[in-house]
Amino acid sequence: MTVDILDRVAFDEDGFMEDPSAWTEDIGRAIAAALEVDLTDRHWQVIRFARSEFENSGEPPTLRRITQQTEVNMKEMYQLFPDGPAKIAANIAGLKKPSGCI
Amino acid sequence: MAKPSRDLHQSSGTNGKRKLALVASKGSLDMAYPPLILANAARMTGIEVEMFFTFWGLDIITKKKMSKLNVATVGNPNMHPWFGIPTLLGALPGMSAAASWMMRGEIGKLGFPRVPEFIKLVIDAGANVYGCKMSMDMMKLTEDDLVEGATVLGAMEFMDLTEGAQIVFV
Repeated sequence: MTVDILDRVAFDEDGFMEDPSAWTEDIGRAIAAALEVDLTDRHWQVIRFARSEFENSGEPPTLRRITQQTEVNMKEMYQLFPDGPAKIAANIAGLKKPSGCI
Repeated sequence: MAKPSRDLHQSSGTNGKRKLALVASKGSLDMAYPPLILANAARMTGIEVEMFFTFWGLDIITKKKMSKLNVATVGNPNMHPWFGIPTLLGALPGMSAAASWMMRGEIGKLGFPRVPEFIKLVIDAGANVYGCKMSMDMMKLTEDDLVEGATVLGAMEFMDLTEGAQIVFV
C-alpha cells in the first residue's frame, strides 16, 4: 500500500504535516491518495508552486496568489481540488493549513 | 495527530454536507465585502454557497453599479475613527467619493480584488448568485442587467434551495 509511507510522518490533528521540510514528492503522492485526489500534471504545477512559495516566504500561498502566479485559474482550481482548493493543495504539498482570507 | 483523510476535509453539518446561505441586502462599498469574503472563504474550504442579493444589495451584482459602490460619510458611525472625517464635514460634496477612493485603496493593499472582480471570483469558485425577483421588479431590472452568471430568483425559491443551510444576513 502506498499509504504506509504516511505512518512515518508526523501530522497535526487536522492531518497537515507537522514538519513541512520533511516533505518529499512520494509523501505528497501518498497524502493525495489518502485524500482521494488523482494527481495530474496540473495538480503538480500547483503543488510545486506552493512548495516554492513556502520556501521563499515560510507561508503557504493564498488561493488567489496561486491563480495569479500559475496557469491554473480559479475554476480549474476547484475542479482539481473540489473539497477545498487552498487547504487540499497545502495539505498535499506538506504545508500547514492556509490562514489567508482570499 | 491525525493521518490525512478525505473525512477530515469534508465539512459535514448536521444534515450532511455543510451549506451556507448569504443574504446581501446592502449596497454600500463597506457592506459589499463581508458577504463576498465569507462566500469565498466558505468555497475555499469546500462548503456549498447560495447568495441572495436583495434591495440595495442588488447593486453589488448590477453591471452598471458594481464598480461604483460608495461608502457613506454621513450617518456611518464607523467613519470617524478610521478616516477622521467629522460627520458635519462628511456632508460636503465629494467627501463620500474621496472616502470610497481611500477605502478601495486600502482594500487593494490587502490583496483583495475590487467588487466586480470579486463577484466573478466567487462565481468561478462555484457559489450560486441570485438577484431577488421582487427587488429587481421594483428597480426595473432584468437578468441582462446582472453580472454574467447571476440568475433571478424569488424569495420562496431561495428558501427551498437553502433547506438545512446556515443563513447569514448582511
